[in-house]
Amino acid sequence: MRAEGRFSEAGELVCPAGTPAALRTAVDAGADSVYCGFRNATNARNFPGLNFSPEELEASVAYAHQRGAKVLLALNTYPPAGKVDLWRDAAAIAARVGVDACIVADMGVAQHIATNHPSLRLHLSVQAAASSPEAIRYYCQNFGVKRVVLPRILTIPEIRAIKQEIPCEIETFIFGNHGLMVEGRCSLTNWMTGESTNMDGVCSPAAKVTYEEDADGALRSCLGGVTIDSFAPGETAGYPTICKGRYTAPHRPEGYYAFEEPVSLNLSRLLPDLMEAGVHAFKIEGRQRSKSYVRKVVGSFREAVDAIRAGATPDLADLVALTEGQKETQGAFKTKKWR
Amino acid sequence: MELTLGPLAYHWTVERKRDFYARIADEAPVDTVYLGEVICSKRAPFFEREMPQVIERLQRGGKRVVLCSLAEVMLKRERQATADLMESEDHEIEINNAAGLLARDGRSHRVGPFLNAYNEATITWMADQGATHVCLPTEMPGEAVGIAAKAARDLDLGVEVQVFGRAPLAVSARCYHARAHGRTKDNCQFICEDDPDGMPLATRDDQPILRVNGIQTQSESYIELLAELPEMKALGITHARLLPQNVDMVAVAQVFNDVLNSGLDADDGRSRLSTICAGTAFSNGFWHGVAGYRHINRKAVAA
Repeated sequence: MRAEGRFSEAGELVCPAGTPAALRTAVDAGADSVYCGFRNATNARNFPGLNFSPEELEASVAYAHQRGAKVLLALNTYPPAGKVDLWRDAAAIAARVGVDACIVADMGVAQHIATNHPSLRLHLSVQAAASSPEAIRYYCQNFGVKRVVLPRILTIPEIRAIKQEIPCEIETFIFGNHGLMVEGRCSLTNWMTGESTNMDGVCSPAAKVTYEEDADGALRSCLGGVTIDSFAPGETAGYPTICKGRYTAPHRPEGYYAFEEPVSLNLSRLLPDLMEAGVHAFKIEGRQRSKSYVRKVVGSFREAVDAIRAGATPDLADLVALTEGQKETQGAFKTKKWR
Repeated sequence: MELTLGPLAYHWTVERKRDFYARIADEAPVDTVYLGEVICSKRAPFFEREMPQVIERLQRGGKRVVLCSLAEVMLKRERQATADLMESEDHEIEINNAAGLLARDGRSHRVGPFLNAYNEATITWMADQGATHVCLPTEMPGEAVGIAAKAARDLDLGVEVQVFGRAPLAVSARCYHARAHGRTKDNCQFICEDDPDGMPLATRDDQPILRVNGIQTQSESYIELLAELPEMKALGITHARLLPQNVDMVAVAQVFNDVLNSGLDADDGRSRLSTICAGTAFSNGFWHGVAGYRHINRKAVAA
């Protein structure tokens, strides 16, 4: 059974599921769709302890469909030459178990699915970095893409303008980790660790993280042995994500956040504006997050979206509170001064 | 295997670029020169007026000239610049963004390293759409490059791999050059012009690690694949790309040419290269499938 209705309703809430249990939690908390991936390099959250076996996916699709929710499969990495079959096999399983859409980035993967599984709906991953109407139309025309997940680099007026010129739906990230680099075009992790975000689905992988304490009590957070940041005694040490570390430049010898501070994206205040701009679906990042996190975040956004759909003013206090105590940002969406 | 000079990633002054390409035209043993602004659309107008003369000069020097499109296309001026370039019938073009593919509409073109041609399926698709030549992503390991190259050769496509210069590691919508100076992209005042080889970033324990070039992040060390050239040749790679750095690029090209065509030993070549690029480390980790910044000694690998 496929729940056709929900794709046509604006304000679709697309929620993360790192495990079958998180998927059930997200569906129960009111997700319109959940996205997940297989336990291998075919998706961009290829972390130990996360993701789905084919059997788990099949059972999860059944669970979601019985409750009117959809399941989107992330096949959004770039197969290196010689390994394309892993992605093709994943697509075949997706078609067999009745996944509602595959989220793809690689042209070869997109073309394979369009040709061999024509009834399988395609969404264009943020990893494809399609940030103009022309790029988006390229994927729509050639592979029948029905939805684009926009890179997190556009302002709301720019999103509104793009919407006028494309034949597909728009999905945007609204909450969670906020990568600074154009997705699908970043090899920083591979430079430091030998594992590639694009080909292996990892970003600053935990297995390559170490914390080193220096003689003076300062703590260095390292990735692949490279110091990403250092913290004075008593200062809270952050996770060494390369684009959120502190570095020195010749005129900045004290060290500074060269790319971005360790902030989290929270667009809850902008939800009405995004809907008005023509954004069809809202994506919550966090397949690596716990069930309780998923329950809280999905539940809060469910209430907010329902209020907006009903023409009421959403109570955004809960959503704003979700990132309280953490630094949050509206990223590029609010103003182009972010750039 | 032919040597090419890839597009200049940095914002050099007009005079400097003019002199640079004049010397390349006269002296550098490269067959193809890629021209055009790939990184930042704000920089492009400065050199536009010079382009016809530079192209003519390079062609007079016997070089094939290929014009490159922007890697990031978002703003109106970027969309327009891409669309305009795609109408070019006079020169070959290298496309770096899917927006260019739409406008080119099946007419012949080269695929740039930012288009993510990682595998045989994508390369086959691109060939069907008019691609005649593909530059593979710099981060691909040699093993995958070999398989991709075979597929490309079977389709009669040229295959190119970066063998020299800083690794392009990321692009962003944000300008990190402007950010480093408390500015934004819109009021950057072209501060990137002060760093003709990128702005160095070091870790807080003083290890030089990255370079900022406007919206682009690059490696600190230069990729150097001298010892790998024979293997690359055997894999069917047709073109080896040198990326322009702020060093004597004619001398760099000569070293690669001597290893490739005059029997110069790769280790001796690397010694010469170290003198030319004094102060900069070399890396070949990507090719060997390990952390990109590392340098694997081929002889040690063979033993």
